[in-house]
Amino acid sequence: MNCREFTSFIADWLDGELPVGQAQVFQAHIAMCPPCEMYLLQYQSTVELARLCQPEDAVPGEVPEALIQAILAARPTGDGSDPTQP
Amino acid sequence: MSPGDGTRELPSETTLVRNLKEGEAGAFEVLVRENSPRLLAVARRYLPKEADAQDAVQDAFLSAFRGMAGFTGASKLSTWLHRIVVNASLMKLRTRRRKPEVAIDDLLPRFENDASAHHLDVIAAWRETAPDELTRDENRVLVRAAIERLPDSYREVLALRDIEQLDTADVAELLGVSKGVVKTRLHRARQALRALLDPHFREGAP
Repeated sequence: MNCREFTSFIADWLDGELPVGQAQVFQAHIAMCPPCEMYLLQYQSTVELARLCQPEDAVPGEVPEALIQAILAARPTGDGSDPTQP
Repeated sequence: MSPGDGTRELPSETTLVRNLKEGEAGAFEVLVRENSPRLLAVARRYLPKEADAQDAVQDAFLSAFRGMAGFTGASKLSTWLHRIVVNASLMKLRTRRRKPEVAIDDLLPRFENDASAHHLDVIAAWRETAPDELTRDENRVLVRAAIERLPDSYREVLALRDIEQLDTADVAELLGVSKGVVKTRLHRARQALRALLDPHFREGAP
């Protein structure tokens, strides 16, 4: 396995989807190729960073009252009519 | 219920759903006030412009109101709403004016053109980053800005798989593409994001 092939298999390896034989070759490449080992670590860090650095839930006061009122104005009424339709 | 009134006990989900189906005004207000903060955060993952994110939340609630009669309770109300706001955000993403995007190919790793196919670029070590440090405000801003630079078709797959944690089959169905396309886009999106983050996380980087 060369570095190009190793890189192309990273996502499948992380998902546990590489066949056993191929996974063994993949792991053997990690042991002998420091750049690919580093690349793999950074790839995993990237996935973690994307997950961790997302916006936290807005706090209730952060949702503009105008937005809430606009949404509520479009709620269905008890008579079955749809206020969003003319 | 008045805005910010957190003292009143909320109805159970079963009661809330029944009241929603009966068109009770108070039930809609509970639904919107309880869920809009979280749904706005979800929409912001796809739509960096605040006005777009708010529009998506509004669209999502309108869809939910229309679909309430068909809500069977097979999933939790919050899960159902989450799915609807993701759909609304994807729709919005596709209809807004397209922005200039980075070329994904420029951000993918390059290799020697021989049998070894070694990395052409130096893979420099990143500084050690503990979770507390990773989620500092400046890192959040930096990572989100990098994600925003990805082409839409790659960013949406990254958001659905790595952030929403949907599985490949669900993402494929949602986007109307094959599972193979989802896997390829996700891998390329992660690689491109790594390249965008690399200058900021290298040892010695400011």
